[in-house]
Amino acid sequence: MLKRLFPHPVLSIVLTLVWLALVNKVTVGNLILGGVLGVFVPMFTGPYWPRRAKVGGPFRVIEYLLIVLWDILVANVEVALIVMFKRNENIRSHWITVPLELTSPEAITVLAGTITMTPGTVSTMLAADGGSILVHCLHTDDPDEVRDTIKSRYEWRLKEIFQ
Amino acid sequence: MTVAIEALISFFLVVAGLFGLVGSFGLIKLENTIQRLHAPTKATTVGVGGVLIASMLYFLLVKGSVSFHELLITLFLFLTAPISANFIAKTYIQGNIRAHELPGTECDYGWSVYDDPPKRIEDEE
Repeated sequence: MLKRLFPHPVLSIVLTLVWLALVNKVTVGNLILGGVLGVFVPMFTGPYWPRRAKVGGPFRVIEYLLIVLWDILVANVEVALIVMFKRNENIRSHWITVPLELTSPEAITVLAGTITMTPGTVSTMLAADGGSILVHCLHTDDPDEVRDTIKSRYEWRLKEIFQ
Repeated sequence: MTVAIEALISFFLVVAGLFGLVGSFGLIKLENTIQRLHAPTKATTVGVGGVLIASMLYFLLVKGSVSFHELLITLFLFLTAPISANFIAKTYIQGNIRAHELPGTECDYGWSVYDDPPKRIEDEE
């Protein structure tokens, strides 16, 4: 019963918070309206998302978010420097295959998003069975190192979070 | 005091503007679609983020009210930017790149644009 009412409890909480942020004012009325949305939206969308994703360890999630935010800042500066000061002939772009150990679709989605947002890399597509991800790197001298960084810095942490 | 606040807000606005400019410049300067993808997905996250931080600081320090609209814009940007980048990349690969030009997948199936996914057991029954 409780599971049918709240198929995705975290989604319910997030929706309520998003509603409060949208109206930009915390009042009891808004809280109730947000709560109603938080209950009904996951209920109606539940059939399209049957498996409940297991997210473990709030501190791990926060640690991951902070690391990614920091990397995004660094990435911006790096990419800006490459764009401004490197001649086009000297930019060495590479396609990099990153074999995945993650299996849950949610975890792979987060990893792909992270790769796109961070240092000079864009995730372009998955293998047909989701066993590896194709990453395009704007400029690097050592493609293997980029692959190892992605695996050790992000994938390993996501594996801890989504297991 | 107000001068310091204004300087801080201006700093964020200027940094944001610079990164926005570099992102747009990258669109013109880089050579092919896949390389151009890098410029807007990255240079603009700090570009937009800087404006949003400036806005939050302005409302907090000058107007004296708390505003957290801006966090939502960041959230939506982080959700949509990778997805649109992924769409553009896939469309580009489909139209312009052959399978043998890409590195192998290092697993049993090819890349999803060229290869069918493995049959699921439910499909066969």
